[in-house]
Amino acid sequence: MFGPLIVKPSKAKGDKTGSWRVQLRPKFLQKNCIGCKMCLLICPEGCIQGKEKNTYITDYNFCKGCGLCAKICPKSDIIMIEETSEGEKK
Amino acid sequence: MKQFLEGSRAVAEAVKLCKPGVISAYPITPQTHIVEELAQMVADGELNAQFVNVESEHSAASVVLGAVATGVRAFTATSSQGLIYMSEVLFNIAGLRLPLVLTCANRALSAPINIWNDQQDSVSLRDSGWIQLYAENNQEVVDFHLMAYRVSEDKTIMLPVMVCMDGFILTHGMESVDIPEAEKVDIFLPPYKPLYQLDPAEPITMGLLADPDYYMETRFAIQETFKDVLKFIPKVSEEFRSIFGRDYKDGLVEEYYTKDAEKVIVAMGSVCGTIKEVVDELRQKGKKVGLLKIISYRPFPYSRVCDVLKDVSKVAVLDKAVSLGALAPLAVEIKATFFGKKKSPKIISSFVAGLGGRDITLESIREVFRKLTQKEVSSEFIDLKPELLKEEYGE
Repeated sequence: MFGPLIVKPSKAKGDKTGSWRVQLRPKFLQKNCIGCKMCLLICPEGCIQGKEKNTYITDYNFCKGCGLCAKICPKSDIIMIEETSEGEKK
Repeated sequence: MKQFLEGSRAVAEAVKLCKPGVISAYPITPQTHIVEELAQMVADGELNAQFVNVESEHSAASVVLGAVATGVRAFTATSSQGLIYMSEVLFNIAGLRLPLVLTCANRALSAPINIWNDQQDSVSLRDSGWIQLYAENNQEVVDFHLMAYRVSEDKTIMLPVMVCMDGFILTHGMESVDIPEAEKVDIFLPPYKPLYQLDPAEPITMGLLADPDYYMETRFAIQETFKDVLKFIPKVSEEFRSIFGRDYKDGLVEEYYTKDAEKVIVAMGSVCGTIKEVVDELRQKGKKVGLLKIISYRPFPYSRVCDVLKDVSKVAVLDKAVSLGALAPLAVEIKATFFGKKKSPKIISSFVAGLGGRDITLESIREVFRKLTQKEVSSEFIDLKPELLKEEYGE
């Protein structure tokens, strides 16, 4: 019998790191956003997308819940919320 | 063909017949002669292999790990401190499911430094995921190497095998050994065909991080595979018998006058030869004694041991290693075999002997049989010198 041993090379997209989140997830309020892109630039996973103000959002399949986007947002328009509160956990 | 050979030379001849593509080793007493002979064979062009000289056992094990990962048959040998130094890589080789054969020339562990024989080194690595076979004499050493590659490389097994031979007693002992014919070995042991291999043209990753979501399955799989090994070794042993003529029965244990025995010693390795002599002697006097030799220590053949010993009233387990602070390693397995069983020996006594090369003589074995009475003893040291012991530290 064999367990998982061999990994074929793949892109980072194949590694859904969203499962790493343990307690908190960012919530993009999309109210006071000025489109400064700081959240997009600081995200270590590179999983935040957006163009205009109030359009920025993260991909929860990859977001590890590190909280850097919420910390750097100059308008405090991103907040960290409990995984279980406000809707479904991904 | 029968030849009068030193044990190490016999191993080298056996390995040569298995045609490894890569050999890497670091010399350590009493393994040195094995790799010395192999290096000579490679230098003389008798063996078409790459002999990689390295700066340590850790590197030697790493080299053979890498070699097997690229799909080449490989070989290494070591002893004692060298084996312990390799241990990190040995767990990796098993975890990566790489088939490899390693000869362990059994030797005591430091400190105090001691180059002589006991089985502490390999026994200490019993949990590493390696199959461990213990040889009684040099003929077995030769044959077990062939069987080891055959078991190791089977697609259903894919686990490394450690062939353990007692240092000096076997490695430096001269014996008449039947070296198998190359053509027969080629039939018994076809070239190694890897399931996966490292290849730049088709890249894969072996041994990648396995987080809590994946790790347990890798361990469970090895545990399950060991059950298959217990069924597979007898098949290989039978195949071996049909090609080479030597019969190791199921290849897991050897029974010697156990059928009607009242007292049986359980042991591993070269000491079994000495025990057989005492058994013969006592049998001539009409005493019903016997020997159960454990060949496969990992996987441990619990049900076979149970079958052999369940009707024996007194069993002595002779260990050439200790688990300091606990029962002796082989004794633990024998006791575990019978835990909760209705039919079991009345007495299972445990003896420790021959540590650091202290000779286990015929008299030592007679003493074990004598001490195997109604009173069960636990980890009793045989041939101890009490005059060397004192109660407090210092002079």
